[in-house]
Amino acid sequence: MPLTINGTDHDFTGDPRTTLLDFLREDCGLTGTKKGCDHGQCGACTVLVNDQRINSCLTLAVMHEGDAVTTIEGFGSPDDLHPLQAAFVRHDSYQCGYCTPGQICSAKAMIDEAANGWASYVSVDLSEPPTLTAEEIRERMSGNLCRCGAYSNIVAAIAEVLEVAR
Amino acid sequence: MKAFTYTRAEAVPYACEQTRGGAKLIAGGTNLLDLMKLEIEAPEIVVDISRLALGEIAEAGDGLRIGALVTNSACAADLRVRRDYPVLARAILAGATFQLRNKATTGGNLCQRTRCYYFYNRDQPCNKRDPGSGCGALRGANRIHAILGASESCIATYPGDMAVALSALGAQVEVIGPDGAMRTIPVREFHRLPGEAPERDTVLEPGDVITAVTLPAPLGGKQIYRKVRDRASYAFALVSIACVLKMDGDRIASASLAFGGLAHKPWHDTRVNDLLTGSTPTDRLFDEAADLLLDGARGYGHNDFKIAMTRRVLKAVLREATGEQA
Repeated sequence: MPLTINGTDHDFTGDPRTTLLDFLREDCGLTGTKKGCDHGQCGACTVLVNDQRINSCLTLAVMHEGDAVTTIEGFGSPDDLHPLQAAFVRHDSYQCGYCTPGQICSAKAMIDEAANGWASYVSVDLSEPPTLTAEEIRERMSGNLCRCGAYSNIVAAIAEVLEVAR
Repeated sequence: MKAFTYTRAEAVPYACEQTRGGAKLIAGGTNLLDLMKLEIEAPEIVVDISRLALGEIAEAGDGLRIGALVTNSACAADLRVRRDYPVLARAILAGATFQLRNKATTGGNLCQRTRCYYFYNRDQPCNKRDPGSGCGALRGANRIHAILGASESCIATYPGDMAVALSALGAQVEVIGPDGAMRTIPVREFHRLPGEAPERDTVLEPGDVITAVTLPAPLGGKQIYRKVRDRASYAFALVSIACVLKMDGDRIASASLAFGGLAHKPWHDTRVNDLLTGSTPTDRLFDEAADLLLDGARGYGHNDFKIAMTRRVLKAVLREATGEQA
Protein backbone atom coordinates (compact mmCIF):
# COMPACT_ATOMS: atom_id res chain seq x y z
CA MET A 1 0.00 0.00 0.00
CA PRO A 2 1.44 3.42 -0.91
CA LEU A 3 1.76 6.34 1.45
CA THR A 4 0.28 9.59 0.30
CA ILE A 5 2.22 12.83 0.52
CA ASN A 6 0.19 16.00 0.05
CA GLY A 7 -2.48 13.85 -1.63
CA THR A 8 -0.14 12.08 -4.08
CA ASP A 9 0.64 8.36 -3.79
CA HIS A 10 4.28 7.36 -3.27
CA ASP A 11 5.73 3.88 -2.95
CA PHE A 12 8.67 3.43 -0.64
CA THR A 13 11.03 0.64 -1.61
CA GLY A 14 14.34 1.98 -0.32
CA ASP A 15 16.78 1.04 2.43
CA PRO A 16 14.83 0.54 5.68
CA ARG A 17 17.25 2.93 7.40
CA THR A 18 15.71 5.81 5.43
CA THR A 19 13.93 8.23 7.69
CA LEU A 20 10.68 9.79 6.56
CA LEU A 21 12.60 13.09 6.45
CA ASP A 22 15.24 11.75 4.06
CA PHE A 23 12.58 10.09 1.91
CA LEU A 24 10.69 13.39 1.59
CA ARG A 25 13.78 15.42 0.74
CA GLU A 26 16.00 13.03 -1.21
CA ASP A 27 13.53 10.71 -2.95
CA CYS A 28 10.42 12.86 -3.35
CA GLY A 29 12.20 16.18 -3.92
CA LEU A 30 10.11 17.86 -1.23
CA THR A 31 12.86 19.99 0.27
CA GLY A 32 10.55 22.32 2.18
CA THR A 33 10.89 20.04 5.19
CA LYS A 34 14.24 20.84 6.78
CA LYS A 35 16.89 18.73 8.49
CA GLY A 36 18.19 20.55 11.54
CA CYS A 37 19.52 18.34 14.33
CA ASP A 38 18.27 15.01 12.90
CA HIS A 39 17.64 13.89 16.52
CA GLY A 40 14.20 15.24 17.38
CA GLN A 41 15.48 18.20 19.33
CA CYS A 42 14.86 21.14 16.98
CA GLY A 43 11.55 20.50 15.19
CA ALA A 44 12.70 21.78 11.78
CA CYS A 45 11.57 18.47 10.27
CA THR A 46 8.02 18.65 11.67
CA VAL A 47 5.39 17.26 9.29
CA LEU A 48 1.84 16.03 9.74
CA VAL A 49 1.14 12.31 9.59
CA ASN A 50 -2.58 11.55 9.60
CA ASP A 51 -3.04 15.16 10.75
CA GLN A 52 -0.75 14.81 13.78
CA ARG A 53 2.59 16.60 14.00
CA ILE A 54 5.69 14.46 14.36
CA ASN A 55 9.44 14.78 13.93
CA SER A 56 10.02 13.20 10.51
CA CYS A 57 13.70 12.60 11.40
CA LEU A 58 12.73 10.11 14.12
CA THR A 59 10.58 7.76 12.10
CA LEU A 60 11.33 5.33 9.29
CA ALA A 61 9.71 5.79 5.89
CA VAL A 62 9.10 2.04 5.72
CA MET A 63 6.78 2.29 8.74
CA HIS A 64 4.36 4.67 7.02
CA GLU A 65 2.63 2.49 4.46
CA GLY A 66 -0.93 3.76 4.02
CA ASP A 67 -0.35 6.93 6.03
CA ALA A 68 -1.23 10.44 4.83
CA VAL A 69 1.70 12.85 5.14
CA THR A 70 1.35 16.62 4.81
CA THR A 71 4.46 18.75 4.35
CA ILE A 72 4.78 22.52 3.98
CA GLU A 73 4.38 22.03 0.21
CA GLY A 74 0.83 20.88 0.97
CA PHE A 75 -0.13 24.08 2.76
CA GLY A 76 -0.40 26.84 0.18
CA SER A 77 1.24 28.33 -2.87
CA PRO A 78 3.02 31.66 -3.42
CA ASP A 79 -0.21 33.01 -4.94
CA ASP A 80 -2.50 31.48 -2.37
CA LEU A 81 -0.83 31.36 1.02
CA HIS A 82 -2.23 29.38 3.91
CA PRO A 83 -3.42 31.78 6.64
CA LEU A 84 -0.47 30.75 8.83
CA GLN A 85 1.98 31.39 6.00
CA ALA A 86 0.44 34.81 5.35
CA ALA A 87 0.54 35.66 9.05
CA PHE A 88 4.22 34.62 9.30
CA VAL A 89 5.02 36.97 6.42
CA ARG A 90 2.96 39.79 7.93
CA HIS A 91 4.57 39.46 11.35
CA ASP A 92 8.13 38.88 10.11
CA SER A 93 8.14 35.60 12.03
CA TYR A 94 11.53 34.46 10.76
CA GLN A 95 14.96 35.69 9.90
CA CYS A 96 16.78 32.91 8.05
CA GLY A 97 13.58 30.93 7.49
CA TYR A 98 15.11 27.51 8.09
CA CYS A 99 12.79 26.59 10.96
CA THR A 100 9.69 28.16 9.34
CA PRO A 101 8.25 25.11 7.52
CA GLY A 102 8.42 23.13 10.77
CA GLN A 103 6.98 26.03 12.75
CA ILE A 104 4.01 26.31 10.39
CA CYS A 105 3.28 22.57 10.30
CA SER A 106 3.55 22.53 14.08
CA ALA A 107 1.27 25.54 14.52
CA LYS A 108 -1.40 24.00 12.28
CA ALA A 109 -1.42 20.81 14.35
CA MET A 110 -1.32 22.78 17.60
CA ILE A 111 -4.51 24.65 16.67
CA ASP A 112 -6.23 21.33 15.91
CA GLU A 113 -4.99 19.72 19.15
CA ALA A 114 -6.38 22.59 21.20
CA ALA A 115 -9.69 22.39 19.31
CA ASN A 116 -9.81 18.73 20.32
CA GLY A 117 -9.40 19.75 23.96
CA TRP A 118 -5.84 18.61 24.50
CA ALA A 119 -4.24 20.15 27.55
CA SER A 120 -0.61 21.21 27.88
CA TYR A 121 1.89 21.43 30.72
CA VAL A 122 0.78 25.00 31.49
CA SER A 123 -2.98 24.36 31.34
CA VAL A 124 -4.41 25.20 34.76
CA ASP A 125 -7.43 22.92 34.53
CA LEU A 126 -7.30 19.52 32.83
CA SER A 127 -11.09 19.33 32.55
CA GLU A 128 -11.67 22.62 30.72
CA PRO A 129 -11.10 23.18 26.98
CA PRO A 130 -7.80 25.07 26.66
CA THR A 131 -7.59 28.72 25.63
CA LEU A 132 -4.52 29.39 23.52
CA THR A 133 -2.97 32.25 25.43
CA ALA A 134 0.55 33.40 24.57
CA GLU A 135 1.84 31.21 27.42
CA GLU A 136 -0.01 28.19 25.99
CA ILE A 137 1.31 28.88 22.48
CA ARG A 138 4.89 29.10 23.76
CA GLU A 139 4.61 25.82 25.66
CA ARG A 140 2.89 24.02 22.79
CA MET A 141 5.50 25.27 20.29
CA SER A 142 8.50 24.39 22.49
CA GLY A 143 9.43 21.54 20.16
CA ASN A 144 10.30 24.04 17.41
CA LEU A 145 13.51 25.95 17.97
CA CYS A 146 14.35 29.18 16.14
CA ARG A 147 18.02 30.03 16.42
CA CYS A 148 17.37 33.51 14.99
CA GLY A 149 15.11 34.10 17.96
CA ALA A 150 11.95 35.13 16.10
CA TYR A 151 9.82 33.61 18.85
CA SER A 152 7.85 36.71 19.78
CA ASN A 153 6.81 37.26 16.17
CA ILE A 154 5.98 33.56 15.72
CA VAL A 155 3.65 33.76 18.72
CA ALA A 156 2.11 36.95 17.32
CA ALA A 157 1.44 35.34 13.93
CA ILE A 158 -0.21 32.29 15.46
CA ALA A 159 -2.24 34.44 17.84
CA GLU A 160 -3.51 36.50 14.92
CA VAL A 161 -4.62 33.39 13.00
CA LEU A 162 -6.45 32.19 16.10
CA GLU A 163 -8.09 35.60 16.54
CA VAL A 164 -9.28 35.69 12.92
CA ALA A 165 -10.68 32.16 13.26
CA ARG A 166 -12.73 33.30 16.27
CA MET B 1 23.10 3.92 11.27
CA LYS B 2 24.11 0.27 10.88
CA ALA B 3 22.15 -1.78 8.36
CA PHE B 4 19.36 -3.97 9.74
CA THR B 5 16.62 -6.26 8.55
CA TYR B 6 13.15 -4.77 8.93
CA THR B 7 10.15 -6.94 9.62
CA ARG B 8 6.62 -6.17 10.71
CA ALA B 9 4.90 -8.09 13.49
CA GLU B 10 1.34 -9.15 12.77
CA ALA B 11 0.89 -10.68 16.24
CA VAL B 12 2.50 -10.54 19.69
CA PRO B 13 3.99 -14.10 19.64
CA TYR B 14 6.09 -13.19 16.60
CA ALA B 15 7.42 -10.13 18.43
CA CYS B 16 8.24 -12.31 21.46
CA GLU B 17 10.08 -14.85 19.30
CA GLN B 18 12.08 -12.12 17.57
CA THR B 19 13.11 -10.25 20.70
CA ARG B 20 14.13 -13.56 22.28
CA GLY B 21 16.62 -13.86 19.42
CA GLY B 22 18.01 -10.36 20.00
CA ALA B 23 15.81 -8.28 17.71
CA LYS B 24 14.78 -4.78 18.77
CA LEU B 25 11.13 -3.80 18.76
CA ILE B 26 10.19 -0.44 17.27
CA ALA B 27 6.92 1.34 18.00
CA GLY B 28 7.18 5.15 18.16
CA GLY B 29 10.90 4.94 17.52
CA THR B 30 11.67 8.33 19.07
CA ASN B 31 14.35 6.98 21.41
CA LEU B 32 15.48 3.88 19.51
CA LEU B 33 16.16 5.68 16.21
CA ASP B 34 18.02 8.46 18.01
CA LEU B 35 20.26 5.79 19.56
CA MET B 36 20.60 3.85 16.29
CA LYS B 37 21.76 6.97 14.46
CA LEU B 38 24.53 7.31 17.04
CA GLU B 39 25.18 3.55 16.81
CA ILE B 40 24.67 3.19 20.54
CA GLU B 41 22.02 0.69 19.53
CA ALA B 42 22.87 -1.40 16.48
CA PRO B 43 20.29 -4.19 16.17
CA GLU B 44 20.56 -6.65 13.28
CA ILE B 45 16.80 -7.08 13.18
CA VAL B 46 14.19 -4.41 13.87
CA VAL B 47 10.62 -5.60 14.34
CA ASP B 48 7.90 -3.02 13.75
CA ILE B 49 5.15 -3.61 16.31
CA SER B 50 3.37 -0.32 15.63
CA ARG B 51 0.44 -2.00 13.89
CA LEU B 52 -0.38 -4.51 16.62
CA ALA B 53 -3.81 -4.06 18.22
CA LEU B 54 -2.44 -2.62 21.48
CA GLY B 55 -3.57 0.97 21.04
CA GLU B 56 -6.72 1.10 23.16
CA ILE B 57 -7.48 2.49 26.61
CA ALA B 58 -10.18 0.35 28.18
CA GLU B 59 -11.85 0.08 31.54
CA ALA B 60 -10.55 -2.99 33.36
CA GLY B 61 -12.02 -3.92 36.72
CA ASP B 62 -12.21 -0.66 38.66
CA GLY B 63 -9.20 0.74 36.85
CA LEU B 64 -7.92 1.37 33.35
CA ARG B 65 -5.87 -0.72 30.96
CA ILE B 66 -3.65 1.39 28.73
CA GLY B 67 -2.44 -0.54 25.70
CA ALA B 68 1.31 -0.54 25.14
CA LEU B 69 0.90 1.33 21.84
CA VAL B 70 -1.30 4.11 23.22
CA THR B 71 0.67 7.27 22.45
CA ASN B 72 1.69 9.60 25.24
CA SER B 73 -0.55 12.25 23.63
CA ALA B 74 -3.58 9.96 23.56
CA CYS B 75 -3.05 8.88 27.15
CA ALA B 76 -2.73 12.45 28.44
CA ALA B 77 -5.78 13.50 26.40
CA ASP B 78 -8.02 10.65 27.59
CA LEU B 79 -10.88 12.10 29.64
CA ARG B 80 -10.76 9.23 32.16
CA VAL B 81 -7.04 9.71 32.70
CA ARG B 82 -7.48 13.47 33.12
CA ARG B 83 -10.35 13.05 35.56
CA ASP B 84 -9.24 10.06 37.63
CA TYR B 85 -5.42 10.00 37.27
CA PRO B 86 -4.45 13.65 36.81
CA VAL B 87 -0.93 13.01 38.13
CA LEU B 88 -0.37 10.74 35.12
CA ALA B 89 -1.69 13.28 32.59
CA ARG B 90 0.41 16.00 34.24
CA ALA B 91 3.56 13.88 34.22
CA ILE B 92 3.17 12.99 30.54
CA LEU B 93 2.56 16.64 29.61
CA ALA B 94 5.72 17.59 31.53
CA GLY B 95 7.85 15.43 29.23
CA ALA B 96 9.20 16.02 25.72
CA THR B 97 7.14 17.94 23.12
CA PHE B 98 3.83 17.47 21.34
CA GLN B 99 5.68 16.11 18.28
CA LEU B 100 7.46 13.46 20.34
CA ARG B 101 4.44 12.58 22.48
CA ASN B 102 2.41 12.01 19.30
CA LYS B 103 4.79 9.15 18.45
CA ALA B 104 6.06 7.96 21.83
CA THR B 105 4.14 5.01 23.20
CA THR B 106 3.28 3.82 26.69
CA GLY B 107 5.44 0.69 26.40
CA GLY B 108 8.30 2.45 24.67
CA ASN B 109 8.34 5.29 27.15
CA LEU B 110 8.85 2.79 29.99
CA CYS B 111 11.85 1.39 28.09
CA GLN B 112 13.50 4.70 27.19
CA ARG B 113 17.15 4.83 28.06
CA THR B 114 19.18 7.26 30.13
CA ARG B 115 20.34 10.60 28.74
CA CYS B 116 23.69 10.34 30.61
CA TYR B 117 26.27 12.23 28.50
CA TYR B 118 28.74 9.36 28.78
CA PHE B 119 26.20 6.80 27.61
CA TYR B 120 25.57 8.99 24.56
CA ASN B 121 29.25 9.64 23.76
CA ARG B 122 30.93 6.60 22.25
CA ASP B 123 34.36 8.12 22.84
CA GLN B 124 33.79 7.89 26.59
CA PRO B 125 33.70 4.88 28.90
CA CYS B 126 30.23 3.69 29.92
CA ASN B 127 29.36 0.42 31.64
CA LYS B 128 25.77 0.70 30.46
CA ARG B 129 26.71 1.00 26.79
CA ASP B 130 29.90 -1.05 26.88
CA PRO B 131 29.99 -3.28 30.00
CA GLY B 132 33.38 -3.30 31.69
CA SER B 133 34.59 -0.05 30.12
CA GLY B 134 34.08 2.00 33.28
CA CYS B 135 31.92 4.95 34.25
CA GLY B 136 32.95 8.34 32.91
CA ALA B 137 30.32 10.14 34.97
CA LEU B 138 31.56 9.00 38.38
CA ARG B 139 34.39 11.56 38.37
CA GLY B 140 33.18 13.54 35.38
CA ALA B 141 30.41 15.96 34.49
CA ASN B 142 27.65 14.52 36.62
CA ARG B 143 25.22 17.36 37.18
CA ILE B 144 22.21 15.34 35.97
CA HIS B 145 23.18 12.13 37.73
CA ALA B 146 21.81 9.98 40.53
CA ILE B 147 21.99 10.72 44.25
CA LEU B 148 20.13 7.57 45.35
CA GLY B 149 20.71 3.90 44.61
CA ALA B 150 23.72 4.38 42.34
CA SER B 151 26.75 2.09 42.21
CA GLU B 152 30.43 2.42 41.34
CA SER B 153 29.47 0.98 37.96
CA CYS B 154 26.83 3.52 37.02
CA ILE B 155 25.32 6.75 38.33
CA ALA B 156 22.92 7.31 35.43
CA THR B 157 19.30 8.31 36.01
CA TYR B 158 16.11 7.05 34.48
CA PRO B 159 15.01 10.08 32.43
CA GLY B 160 11.23 9.68 32.13
CA ASP B 161 8.26 11.41 33.73
CA MET B 162 5.36 9.06 32.94
CA ALA B 163 6.82 6.15 34.91
CA VAL B 164 7.28 8.36 37.99
CA ALA B 165 3.55 9.01 38.06
CA LEU B 166 2.83 5.32 37.37
CA SER B 167 5.03 4.45 40.35
CA ALA B 168 3.12 6.80 42.66
CA LEU B 169 -0.16 5.32 41.37
CA GLY B 170 1.03 1.74 41.92
CA ALA B 171 0.44 0.73 38.29
CA GLN B 172 1.33 -2.66 36.81
CA VAL B 173 3.10 -3.54 33.59
CA GLU B 174 1.47 -6.35 31.63
CA VAL B 175 4.01 -8.49 29.78
CA ILE B 176 3.72 -11.52 27.51
CA GLY B 177 6.74 -13.81 27.64
CA PRO B 178 8.25 -16.19 25.09
CA ASP B 179 6.07 -19.05 26.35
CA GLY B 180 2.98 -16.98 25.55
CA ALA B 181 2.09 -16.56 29.22
CA MET B 182 0.98 -13.16 30.48
CA ARG B 183 2.35 -11.81 33.75
CA THR B 184 2.24 -8.49 35.54
CA ILE B 185 5.16 -6.58 37.01
CA PRO B 186 4.58 -3.68 39.41
CA VAL B 187 5.97 -0.50 37.84
CA ARG B 188 7.93 -0.01 41.08
CA GLU B 189 9.83 -3.23 40.32
CA PHE B 190 10.05 -2.82 36.55
CA HIS B 191 13.19 -0.67 36.45
CA ARG B 192 16.40 -1.92 38.07
CA LEU B 193 19.08 -0.30 40.15
CA PRO B 194 22.42 -0.46 38.31
CA GLY B 195 24.41 -2.64 40.72
CA GLU B 196 27.04 -4.52 38.74
CA ALA B 197 24.87 -4.82 35.63
CA PRO B 198 23.91 -1.29 34.51
CA GLU B 199 23.47 -2.52 30.94
CA ARG B 200 20.13 -3.88 32.12
CA ASP B 201 17.65 -1.04 32.63
CA THR B 202 14.62 -3.18 33.44
CA VAL B 203 13.69 -6.67 34.61
CA LEU B 204 12.41 -7.62 31.15
CA GLU B 205 13.91 -10.85 29.82
CA PRO B 206 14.63 -11.75 26.19
CA GLY B 207 11.32 -12.75 24.61
CA ASP B 208 9.21 -10.39 26.73
CA VAL B 209 6.85 -7.92 25.09
CA ILE B 210 4.98 -5.23 27.03
CA THR B 211 1.30 -5.33 26.09
CA ALA B 212 -0.26 -2.83 28.52
CA VAL B 213 -0.02 -0.79 31.69
CA THR B 214 -2.87 -1.22 34.14
CA LEU B 215 -3.98 1.43 36.61
CA PRO B 216 -5.70 0.60 39.90
CA ALA B 217 -9.10 2.01 40.84
CA PRO B 218 -8.97 5.81 41.02
CA LEU B 219 -7.13 6.87 44.18
CA GLY B 220 -8.66 10.33 44.47
CA GLY B 221 -6.98 12.82 46.75
CA LYS B 222 -4.74 15.64 45.68
CA GLN B 223 -2.52 14.67 42.76
CA ILE B 224 0.53 16.73 41.87
CA TYR B 225 3.42 16.33 39.46
CA ARG B 226 6.17 18.86 40.15
CA LYS B 227 9.15 18.95 37.81
CA VAL B 228 12.27 21.08 38.24
CA ARG B 229 14.44 21.44 35.16
CA ASP B 230 16.96 23.76 33.53
CA ARG B 231 14.46 25.44 31.20
CA ALA B 232 10.70 25.98 31.30
CA SER B 233 9.82 23.39 28.67
CA TYR B 234 11.28 20.41 26.84
CA ALA B 235 13.99 19.37 29.29
CA PHE B 236 14.56 16.33 31.46
CA ALA B 237 13.95 16.53 35.19
CA LEU B 238 16.69 17.45 37.61
CA VAL B 239 14.19 16.51 40.30
CA SER B 240 10.56 15.58 39.86
CA ILE B 241 7.92 14.40 42.30
CA ALA B 242 4.64 12.62 41.70
CA CYS B 243 2.35 12.90 44.71
CA VAL B 244 -1.00 11.27 45.42
CA LEU B 245 -2.17 12.38 48.86
CA LYS B 246 -5.50 12.20 50.61
CA MET B 247 -6.48 14.14 53.72
CA ASP B 248 -8.90 13.09 56.43
CA GLY B 249 -9.72 16.20 58.39
CA ASP B 250 -6.40 17.61 59.55
CA ARG B 251 -4.53 14.35 59.13
CA ILE B 252 -2.98 12.72 56.09
CA ALA B 253 -5.13 9.67 55.33
CA SER B 254 -2.76 8.25 52.71
CA ALA B 255 0.29 9.34 50.74
CA SER B 256 2.13 7.85 47.81
CA LEU B 257 5.15 9.66 46.44
CA ALA B 258 7.57 8.82 43.64
CA PHE B 259 10.64 10.71 42.49
CA GLY B 260 12.27 11.28 39.12
CA GLY B 261 15.78 12.48 38.31
CA LEU B 262 17.26 10.96 41.44
CA ALA B 263 18.05 7.36 40.57
CA HIS B 264 18.39 4.64 37.94
CA LYS B 265 14.65 4.08 38.36
CA PRO B 266 11.60 6.05 39.48
CA TRP B 267 12.36 6.21 43.21
CA HIS B 268 9.72 5.06 45.65
CA ASP B 269 10.33 4.79 49.39
CA THR B 270 7.55 3.20 51.45
CA ARG B 271 9.13 4.60 54.63
CA VAL B 272 8.27 8.10 53.45
CA ASN B 273 4.67 7.16 52.64
CA ASP B 274 4.32 5.36 55.98
CA LEU B 275 5.67 8.31 57.96
CA LEU B 276 3.23 10.71 56.34
CA THR B 277 0.17 8.46 56.56
CA GLY B 278 -1.84 9.19 59.71
CA SER B 279 0.27 12.21 60.64
CA THR B 280 -0.69 15.84 60.98
CA PRO B 281 1.08 17.92 58.35
CA THR B 282 3.72 20.22 59.85
CA ASP B 283 6.96 21.68 58.61
CA ARG B 284 8.77 19.36 61.00
CA LEU B 285 6.97 16.30 59.57
CA PHE B 286 7.94 17.32 56.05
CA ASP B 287 11.57 17.68 57.14
CA GLU B 288 11.44 14.21 58.69
CA ALA B 289 10.04 12.86 55.41
CA ALA B 290 12.94 14.47 53.56
CA ASP B 291 15.42 13.05 56.12
CA LEU B 292 14.08 9.54 55.48
CA LEU B 293 14.04 9.95 51.71
CA LEU B 294 17.56 11.34 51.60
CA ASP B 295 19.01 8.93 54.14
CA GLY B 296 21.92 7.47 52.15
CA ALA B 297 21.79 10.13 49.42
CA ARG B 298 25.17 10.89 47.94
CA GLY B 299 26.31 13.55 45.52
CA TYR B 300 29.19 13.07 43.08
CA GLY B 301 30.31 16.69 42.80
CA HIS B 302 28.30 18.50 40.17
CA ASN B 303 25.02 16.99 41.35
CA ASP B 304 25.43 17.71 45.08
CA PHE B 305 22.79 20.44 44.72
CA LYS B 306 20.14 17.80 44.05
CA ILE B 307 20.14 16.75 47.71
CA ALA B 308 19.11 20.19 48.96
CA MET B 309 16.85 20.72 45.97
CA THR B 310 14.98 17.46 46.57
CA ARG B 311 14.29 18.48 50.16
CA ARG B 312 12.91 21.85 49.08
CA VAL B 313 10.78 20.44 46.29
CA LEU B 314 9.43 17.68 48.53
CA LYS B 315 8.43 20.18 51.20
CA ALA B 316 6.80 22.45 48.62
CA VAL B 317 4.81 19.55 47.15
CA LEU B 318 3.70 18.38 50.58
CA ARG B 319 2.65 21.89 51.54
CA GLU B 320 0.56 22.14 48.40
CA ALA B 321 -0.91 18.65 48.76
CA THR B 322 -1.92 19.11 52.42
CA GLY B 323 -2.84 22.78 52.32
CA GLU B 324 -0.27 23.29 55.10
CA GLN B 325 0.89 26.91 55.11
CA ALA B 326 3.88 26.37 57.41
